[in-house]
Amino acid sequence: MFLLHRSARFFTVVFGVLLLTFLLIHLVPGDPVEVMLGESASSADREALRAELGLNQPLLQQFGIYLNKLAHGDFGNSIHTRTPIAELIKTRYPTTLRLAMLSLCIGLFVGIPLGIYSALKSGRWQDILVTIVSVRISAVPAFWLGPVLMLIFAVWLGWLPVSGMESNTSIILPALTLGFGLSAILTRMTRTSLLEVLNEDYIRTARAKGLSERVVILRHAMRAALLPIITIVGLQMGSLLAGAVITETIFSWDGIGRLLVESIERRDYPVTQACVLIVALSYVAVNLFTDVMYRLADPRVRMT
Amino acid sequence: MRLFSYAILGLWVLAVVAGYLFQLDPNTINLNVILQGPTTQYWFGADDLGRDILARVLSGVEMSVLVACIVTIVTMIFGVLVGMLAGFYGGRVDSVLMQVTDIFLAFPGILLAIAFAAVLGPGLGNLILALSLTGWVSYARLTRGQTISLRSRQHVLAAESLGAGVPRLLFRHILPLMTSVLVVEAAYSLASVMIAEASLSFLGLGIQAPDASWGAMLRDAVRFMLVAPHYVLIVGACLMSLILAINLAGDYLRDKLDVKREME
Repeated sequence: MFLLHRSARFFTVVFGVLLLTFLLIHLVPGDPVEVMLGESASSADREALRAELGLNQPLLQQFGIYLNKLAHGDFGNSIHTRTPIAELIKTRYPTTLRLAMLSLCIGLFVGIPLGIYSALKSGRWQDILVTIVSVRISAVPAFWLGPVLMLIFAVWLGWLPVSGMESNTSIILPALTLGFGLSAILTRMTRTSLLEVLNEDYIRTARAKGLSERVVILRHAMRAALLPIITIVGLQMGSLLAGAVITETIFSWDGIGRLLVESIERRDYPVTQACVLIVALSYVAVNLFTDVMYRLADPRVRMT
Repeated sequence: MRLFSYAILGLWVLAVVAGYLFQLDPNTINLNVILQGPTTQYWFGADDLGRDILARVLSGVEMSVLVACIVTIVTMIFGVLVGMLAGFYGGRVDSVLMQVTDIFLAFPGILLAIAFAAVLGPGLGNLILALSLTGWVSYARLTRGQTISLRSRQHVLAAESLGAGVPRLLFRHILPLMTSVLVVEAAYSLASVMIAEASLSFLGLGIQAPDASWGAMLRDAVRFMLVAPHYVLIVGACLMSLILAINLAGDYLRDKLDVKREME
């Protein structure tokens, strides 16, 4: 029942996302073809592009064609490079995914242990320090953190490459930039969630049985405390994907976010449309996945 | 912490006023001091065109606060209206409106604002439009929840049975009870709109040269980071201090008005 309801919602959202991204090009003030090609383009070129984008047809029909093309994996052609957008996405998307995954790992491996530590030292100075630092760090925007990390580790210390993707270590700075904020949020969530669980009766029972503190925390408490963390990780994947736009631009990382920014600068709207669509759909899919995982992991909400 | 946040906010107000008093001009170009570090004449140094960074930071903060205030007011009015209607009527109206908000929430972070700003073109008006088009959703969600719980309060039911119309119920009997929640939300949203505005300007989608904007300044600063690290550090520190102070003020308001906020 839940799956049915959830997938119905999933499909309305996907449909809405498709509709909104489709309408984007119609929001261009004036004639989108003229904006894209510039004023010097010949009228034959303009008509050709108009026909290619289907802009000379009724709106509803255009949307039908758009959906039909997408269903066949056809995003149209880039106006700038004249190559299929699907090809561009295919090369750029995995790069972003790699960056997002590494940032997620950084977030998890820093955030969760730090959160546990903070919860165990609850009320002591260590806890207060961790809390203050993490609350403030989660408000640092990527377009400042990125340059500062670059300045320290690449320019002053010279340990890591400044930007680009040539070396294996190039991924470290952008991943740190993205993972930093995530780890701060996860620290706070883990702390709150674990503190709540630690007051439960079964934790007292586990301690009374004489289990070591390590087993009590890791086996008994963390298992329950992890549930809300799953949801947060899912939601945070969104800010990771959106943050990738800025981070990739700073570090010249050739992912989908940079493709988006480049396409905007070149007024290559079909590419802009495709990038926005892909990122939004990834986010929707991740959220569906975490929702389902959550229900499967927690028997209490499985039936609702 | 509270004093700290007041101190920073006060300092910014003073600095902007002082900027006017001493007639600092953000657009005066002095080619002799290009990318120079802080000196007694240029406290924050000079940028890549030899303009006073302090003057530009001060003119940037005005712009940033102006945009944030307009966007916050516009999104709040629209979001509150949508949320109250959805929460009050329930049923079909509610499910349609909430599906619309679901769709907007499917675009992570500022992605949709980037998309809108990209097709609308750069400029102050379009920047405000793009941020407003995407910012109302959180208010709609918040107000809907509040309206649903306030809808069945006794004083609302009493007013309804006395024949009060829907607008009267909404604006006289329901809205006043959620002002504190909205005030707290607005305080936080000021900070997040400022970050969003800076992000868009950083990507070249917001305020255009020669007008000063923190995002655009950071964009230039990153380009000259190797020769003039003071530029990026100073502009970033200014932005962070203001965001931090607004967030702290928001925390204080939240505690004082006793509002529980959902984890975002």
